[in-house]
Amino acid sequence: MTGPNLRKSPARFAIPKLSYRVWKVWRRNFDVFTKTITVNFFPSLLEPILYLLAFGLGLGGYITSVLGQPYLVFISPALVAIAIMNGSFFECTFASFVRMYFQKTFDAIVATPVSVEEVVAGELLWGATRATINATIVLAVIGVVSLTIRPLIFTPLFLLAIPLAFFGGLMFGSIAMCFTAAAPNIDFFNFPSFLFLTPMFFLCGTFFPLSKLPQGAQGVALAILPLTQVVNIARGIISGHVEPILGLSSPILLLISLVWIIGVTLFFFVLSINLMKKRLTS
Amino acid sequence: MGSTEALIEAKGLTKLYGEVIAVDHIDFKVYKGECVGFLGPNGAGKTTCVRMMYCFLPPSSGELQIAGLSVNTQCRQIKSLVGVAPQEDNLDPDFTVMKNLTVYCRYFDISKAEAAKRANEQLKFFQLEEKRDVTIDALSGGMKRRLIFARALINQPQILLLDEPTTGLDPQARHLAWDEVRNLKKKQVTIILTTHYMDEAAVLCDRILIIDKGKIIEEGNPSELVKKHVGEEVLEVDYDERLLPALKEAFPDGDFERLGDRLQIFTDKPHGVFEGFLKDHPMPNVTIRTTNLEDVFLKLTGRGLREE
Repeated sequence: MTGPNLRKSPARFAIPKLSYRVWKVWRRNFDVFTKTITVNFFPSLLEPILYLLAFGLGLGGYITSVLGQPYLVFISPALVAIAIMNGSFFECTFASFVRMYFQKTFDAIVATPVSVEEVVAGELLWGATRATINATIVLAVIGVVSLTIRPLIFTPLFLLAIPLAFFGGLMFGSIAMCFTAAAPNIDFFNFPSFLFLTPMFFLCGTFFPLSKLPQGAQGVALAILPLTQVVNIARGIISGHVEPILGLSSPILLLISLVWIIGVTLFFFVLSINLMKKRLTS
Repeated sequence: MGSTEALIEAKGLTKLYGEVIAVDHIDFKVYKGECVGFLGPNGAGKTTCVRMMYCFLPPSSGELQIAGLSVNTQCRQIKSLVGVAPQEDNLDPDFTVMKNLTVYCRYFDISKAEAAKRANEQLKFFQLEEKRDVTIDALSGGMKRRLIFARALINQPQILLLDEPTTGLDPQARHLAWDEVRNLKKKQVTIILTTHYMDEAAVLCDRILIIDKGKIIEEGNPSELVKKHVGEEVLEVDYDERLLPALKEAFPDGDFERLGDRLQIFTDKPHGVFEGFLKDHPMPNVTIRTTNLEDVFLKLTGRGLREE
């Protein structure tokens, strides 16, 4: 029985064979996005403005400074990081699941020369693109505030937030796609949304410095929570200030976060494609 | 000619879903230009067979070759030769009718100009031109089936897989689909068809395979199968025990099938056999009709209902 079994269950970490056809899947989603740009674009524009108003001006009015920075300066890079996380995570959970399960879009595509692996990779690249679009919108809002109301951007590196959004988005999207591969129904996504995303939203050095957490929790946030890494790098390239924690200097923290993102992205990119392949072909 | 060249060949083809055997060591060949019907009750393994032919599902064991290419290793080439009209509606609801076809062309590397040309031709043939710019949810069920059929032809396939292509169609749309199948047969397109409509299989298929519980239980030309299994005519009467001895005496080799309060008698005798008998034994509520593929199907697969 080893023969048939071997053929049936592909390895979890087999390197997927991908071709330019990945972009055809990406392009399908892009076409839908541009068709529905009014419903996609304006809500994502409103969200960062609300955050800046509520947390920056509202709450920030009671806070003189955080780590020597005005509160609005402190949270702005985190808002970019949150846009990256939400943009790709929701795209690669709810939206991908709808295309896979309800619309059977993947079934239709895999009847053409495009393979299952390419469909999933195209979805992941599209999730990364959504993250990039959302993060760029937030960055633009921050830029406008920075030019007109008060300075929020302090390094010329801030445009690196765009590639950060793409690769950070690829990381969150790949993690999200593993949940999609396991999801028996769409309500299942309540688990990662409330148990994974919401804690990260509050606890990854977003709205208050990581150093306010107990040491153990700081270690956990740095070791296993992806948003911490993206927030760190966003701070480094937007406000230019990364808080040293656990005796690690800012440059070392930036390096850790960069390596962490690359490693985890590769790991989950490959894993999610294999898990989805398994789900879709058995 | 090329008609002796097997375009699709399965040897010991098997598909397991966990412990359940959906397709059980089957062998078959389909030749170029043939239209072959896969018939079977729900859950027999028809759709699983079709799905293995376009690499949607990998076989658990055995061999399956399409145009000399293995479904285990050469999926990309196979899928460029094959057109698929699946059972369920998987049209893209985010796009218009036209865009469904042109986006699908893109997956086949068909150029933009060529895609527009082919899409317009298909819309015209399937009488969907008026619906060109509406989204999928504005189409009726029949129009959706037609669009799925049109989409399956967009890459000008050598092999067309039609999984219950006419389920839910009105008679007009069904005849349109049949016309297109005949048209494609003339062009030497090889067609695999699954259906629950026996009249459809009898009209379109050169050969049928009857599948039950994952195995091929009979195969052949539709009219030959009818003659072989259920003869030319069937006599139907109200079931009455008092009539049985006379019927059994007149048709000692007949097949007696009780269907609720009706009784069917099949024989291997030629036309006219029942008329002579009825002259001497007048009976109420009697029908003599020509046998058909449905009689064969029910005889071979039984009358019990199947659950998916």
